[in-house]
Amino acid sequence: MLLNMILFLPLAGFLLLLFFPREQRGAIKTTALLVSLLVFVASLGLIPEVRNAPTAMSYETNVSWIDYPPIRYHVGIDGLSLWLVILSTLLTPITVLVSWNYIQKRVKEFFAFLLLLEFGMIGVFLAMDLFLFYVFFEVTLVPMYFLIGIWGHDKRIYAAVKFFLYTLAGSVLMLAAIIYLYNRGGTFDYPILLEMLRNGRLALSSTEQFWLFMAFFFAFAVKVPLFPLHTWLPDAHGEAPTAGSIILASVLLKMGTYGLVRFCLPMFPGAARDNAPWIVALAITGIIYGALVAMIQPNMKRLVAYSSVSHLGFVVLGIFSFNQLALDGAVYQMLNHGVSTGALFMLVGYLYERRHSLEIADYGGVATPAPFLSAMFMITMLASVGLPTLNNFVGEFLVLQGAAQVNFTWAVFAAVGVILSAVYMLWMYQRTFFGEVSEELRSHMHDLSPREWATIIPLVVLMIWMGTGTQTFLPVISASNERTLEQTKTNVEFQVNASPSLSSQVKELLNVR
Amino acid sequence: MSASFLPTGVEYIRLLPEIILAIFGTVVMMASPLRPKESRNFLYTLTLIGLVAALWASIAAYASPGTAFQGMVIIDGFGTFFRVLVIGVGILTILISHQYLTRERAEPGEYYSLLLLSVLGQCVMVTANELIMLFIGLEVSSIASYVMAGYLRHDRRNNESALKYFLLGSFATAFLLYGVAWIYGITGTTNLAEVRAALLTPGLAPTGMLASAAAALMFIGFAFKVSAAPFHVWAPDVYQGAPAPVAAFLSAGPKAAAFAILLRVYMTAFEPLADRWEPILWLSALLTMVIGNFAALTQTNIKRLLAYSSVAHAGYVMVAVTTNTEMGTAAAMFYLASYAFMNIGAFAVVAHISRQGEKYVQIQDLAGLGVRQPLTAALLSVFMLSLIGVPLTAGFFGKFYIFKAALDANLVWLTVLGLLNSAVAAYYYLRVIVVMYMQEPVESTDSLPPLPTGLKATLWGAAAGTFLLGIFPSLVLDFAGRSAALVK
Repeated sequence: MLLNMILFLPLAGFLLLLFFPREQRGAIKTTALLVSLLVFVASLGLIPEVRNAPTAMSYETNVSWIDYPPIRYHVGIDGLSLWLVILSTLLTPITVLVSWNYIQKRVKEFFAFLLLLEFGMIGVFLAMDLFLFYVFFEVTLVPMYFLIGIWGHDKRIYAAVKFFLYTLAGSVLMLAAIIYLYNRGGTFDYPILLEMLRNGRLALSSTEQFWLFMAFFFAFAVKVPLFPLHTWLPDAHGEAPTAGSIILASVLLKMGTYGLVRFCLPMFPGAARDNAPWIVALAITGIIYGALVAMIQPNMKRLVAYSSVSHLGFVVLGIFSFNQLALDGAVYQMLNHGVSTGALFMLVGYLYERRHSLEIADYGGVATPAPFLSAMFMITMLASVGLPTLNNFVGEFLVLQGAAQVNFTWAVFAAVGVILSAVYMLWMYQRTFFGEVSEELRSHMHDLSPREWATIIPLVVLMIWMGTGTQTFLPVISASNERTLEQTKTNVEFQVNASPSLSSQVKELLNVR
Repeated sequence: MSASFLPTGVEYIRLLPEIILAIFGTVVMMASPLRPKESRNFLYTLTLIGLVAALWASIAAYASPGTAFQGMVIIDGFGTFFRVLVIGVGILTILISHQYLTRERAEPGEYYSLLLLSVLGQCVMVTANELIMLFIGLEVSSIASYVMAGYLRHDRRNNESALKYFLLGSFATAFLLYGVAWIYGITGTTNLAEVRAALLTPGLAPTGMLASAAAALMFIGFAFKVSAAPFHVWAPDVYQGAPAPVAAFLSAGPKAAAFAILLRVYMTAFEPLADRWEPILWLSALLTMVIGNFAALTQTNIKRLLAYSSVAHAGYVMVAVTTNTEMGTAAAMFYLASYAFMNIGAFAVVAHISRQGEKYVQIQDLAGLGVRQPLTAALLSVFMLSLIGVPLTAGFFGKFYIFKAALDANLVWLTVLGLLNSAVAAYYYLRVIVVMYMQEPVESTDSLPPLPTGLKATLWGAAAGTFLLGIFPSLVLDFAGRSAALVK
């Protein structure tokens, strides 16, 4: 019941907002904030039960939605989705606050779309029926499309349409694959399909597995985005309003990587392993390419966007290393990236609200008039770079270590990305915050307001917490990943040289630190 | 069968919707010159009453399914589904047309009467159990719609539209009739079940080729009516030129009825020839989708855009027909129902925006509608999203069922190409939304009057239908699935 409440409250909030008179801006914003806060608090209540049984589905609801073909409303939460759901519910109230003054036109629609987006995001992570998953996966497109297209920057329309078309083109083939699976297996229910694949009642030939894997993989790779399918991302990120960029980077991209871990690996283990080499090659290319392109961006938002391409490359690398450490790192990195890149976009947005420019060249010396803003930016930036004791370090370290166990060359190349990330981030920081401050900039640059403090503090706390107190988060992820890896071993002859004691090594390793 | 040629009572009940429509069609035409000069609402109300009565009669007739008039018509679930659909389309069209005709200062009497007769023709088509009956229904429906396409006779575009529609239409129906004549020559019957039986008779080999040729001739006629490639070229010109409510009607009612007879004839009478016509339909379906979608990409006129979109959607339904399975039939039925809702909704908004003389029919004329009339813009967005096929709208389940049926029938390539097509289509529908929400208001939207009541009712009704079918598709699909098994 709790889970359904968390899922449907944002939808109820969306419908409620539609009935508000558009002049009552204050009431609209307050309602959106209260609803999203309520959802967040409620979602914290999910933690204890999932922690007790991270590999099982908790709070399951499984009722019929459409009789024929049998599509079920089947939702549940486990260790893999728990933190992603909480990330979504945490970021929604934060983005409501971020947009509090930034959004001046069509306030009602904006906040309504934010809540609709939250509904879609939570649904994606909870759906346990392939069809239902597809529905939520697509539903998130619409509000995001409007967020970019109506409230974005100059090239917003181009970016919005590109975002929509790329994702749609990717996902229609997934729909074909889902239907094909249904025709073969007679159900859309994911756990049942998995069970049938495991016990051989649904046996896919290697050709079938390959094409089905590719259809799913393509849909998710566009979303991640994996090089070379990433070209929509800088446009969408660069043109979206602050709230849109935050949600896009923190949660929507994770729908792609989540899909890979949740669906691609367990359902098509053979194809996933066979294709891992070139996918890893693309991931590593993305890591280095994203970093190099980020380095030369004159626009802050686009810089952060390209850094996402780079960071998400680590996640994909971790996923396709088929190794406990790397997969733990990948899933952890999904959360880390959500927190730190979300915060980066937020702070860039705050700079934009003050100076009305995203060009790095228009800034310089911001640290003098706005020391606290600069300090927060620095912590976030260092987290994104992967400084030890901050969150990204843990994820990247685990991915690199895991990848190194499988193939040392992979790790070497990927590690270059870590170095490059330090280059572009520090350079951007230096040009923006240090140096002489112009009189004009000084007059615009006031420091963080209490509302802005309220949005950044939770994220900074999380960066430190996730960097030092990994035991709060990792065991749940680790346990569910162990199950996922177990599933990828069924019906596969080829095995990666992962010793069974690896998961205990992880715990040891983490305890040491 | 009894020796008596007099129909029994129950046969009249089975044919009651057609009888009601014929009576009301005549009465409306007669009453038109007699009515008091100033009361426009009288004929409007009378027409609505007629359609609602016919709707009720179609449902009542389904209580006693069977054939009537020596097996000329058949009342089954399939026919009833389409009867309800075309009458429903008629009702929605009337709701849009009332305001439109007042605005254009056009005489409403003949218009309503023609619409009733056209719906009557479609009802005959969808329940026809033999080829002559089918042809009569088609002609009744078509001739009435030719006139409706050119109803505002002082408008040059209307004239062009009607002339093109009439010339090409009569040419195509001639092919159809020629095919019927061949079939009669080969099999000696026009009854669908008997044609099937004759084609199944062993030893028919020498005439198998002839029967296929006849089926091909008839396909030309059907393909024209559903605007399937390569017989779709009339659609953009006719839809663009015709009055907006008529275009709405043409894209939903006659098209659904034509698909109904296409399904019925090919799934019953010509089913023995399936392996000959399936490849042709496969190709036609693909061409229709590709041509419709790619041509729509570059349109600037919203009516023309919707025309090409309607060609593309005919292609999706052709995919369902190509499957030659009951599931495909059910999917086509569901799709046509959902398409009727979303397309009439879209055309209703166009009728509203265009203003007197249809001045504003460019996509750019919608600029800023999201600011000026948020409700209209929101509803049009719903229809556009449904036409794209976004989940939780009717259009999504429509496409889903069609492509599911196609995959079931092993049409893998057609499915993949069709789905990619639907992604292409998203571009031009999104453009409409972009213009409405992301551009500043222009003169056409600044001077827009508020939505009139009839139009508002249509829009809300269509939107409700779109969501209802998108969230609870079982409501319609269950019935469609049960009725998809045609009597053979």
